[in-house]
Amino acid sequence: MMATGILLFSLAALLQFFSSYCRSLIAASSKQPLSPEVKDVTGLTKGASGDDFARVIQLLHLCPERPEDRSSVQAIGAYFRMINFLRATVARVVPSLRAWTEFERAQCAYFAAVALDRRIAFSRDMLAQQMDT
Amino acid sequence: MVVCALAKHSLRRYLFLNIYMAASFVVSVGRFHFLNHFGLQSSEYVYFYLYSDVLLTIFLYFALISLYALVFDEMKVQSIVRLAAVLLLVGTALFSYSVIAESADKILSHFVFELSQNLYFVGLVLTYLLWGAILKLRETRTRLIQLVLSLGIYFSVFAATLALRNLYPNLHVVWEYVAPLFGCLLPLSWAYAFLRLPEEARLSTARLAVIPR
Repeated sequence: MMATGILLFSLAALLQFFSSYCRSLIAASSKQPLSPEVKDVTGLTKGASGDDFARVIQLLHLCPERPEDRSSVQAIGAYFRMINFLRATVARVVPSLRAWTEFERAQCAYFAAVALDRRIAFSRDMLAQQMDT
Repeated sequence: MVVCALAKHSLRRYLFLNIYMAASFVVSVGRFHFLNHFGLQSSEYVYFYLYSDVLLTIFLYFALISLYALVFDEMKVQSIVRLAAVLLLVGTALFSYSVIAESADKILSHFVFELSQNLYFVGLVLTYLLWGAILKLRETRTRLIQLVLSLGIYFSVFAATLALRNLYPNLHVVWEYVAPLFGCLLPLSWAYAFLRLPEEARLSTARLAVIPR
């Protein structure tokens, strides 16, 4: 009984901490403007939408990985799946939640685009260093 | 993580977090040494694992209290926070002792195990309260927010794992792998917070509330 109570409390807390953590990652990246090349490559010229996420993630996987953003990209991937699940279930009957899930999905796509921008810049720096040596 | 904090000149500001991580590294080396020399089933390894685990949990508890001190630093209530933390730790130790006092054999090992488990749960509740205080006080320091949230995820995963371990003891093979796997998350997310976020970065907590407004 006690263990079940602890389990339920822990899972509820985990869900809340995880959502807030992902939102803090997204909020930190939302202030960063995208470079014109990334806008061009990803097609995010008129702002991001949730449907762009999968495409941007595919592009992200084509770039050399940066160890410091690996865990955050995975966390946002998991958050995006969680939001998709909400959208497919609860949001069908709660219209305000549907608008919120759409907004969150778009924010996830923007986060992925910012990560792509950083990886491209990182690859360029590496290439420049190789050319110098 | 300690290297990242050192590189970003944040070692002293987050001293207890760094002490915990350094201790965690030393303990991991020690565990590997005991594992190599005595084997997984040996009493030497089991005792070292148990005692080092409770030590690390106490370090983590003080790391959490240091985050409390940072959140409440403008209120100048550090001494009250410290006193409350020590009292809570003593209270948890007394409660753990009262739980295992009935069992006659290996009382110290049982106590250490019980204390470690209870501290994880106390840590989770304290982190939850700290998160509530951050939202209430409209704390804006992005790095501090991410450090607290990472700790919250870590504590909740461990508390859930311990509860599941009690509910389904037959699945011990699974639980043996779950804990170390999630144990990697805390140093990774803390390292990310030190490496990517400058101390001056600010964030509105209204954007972090889960319920849409």
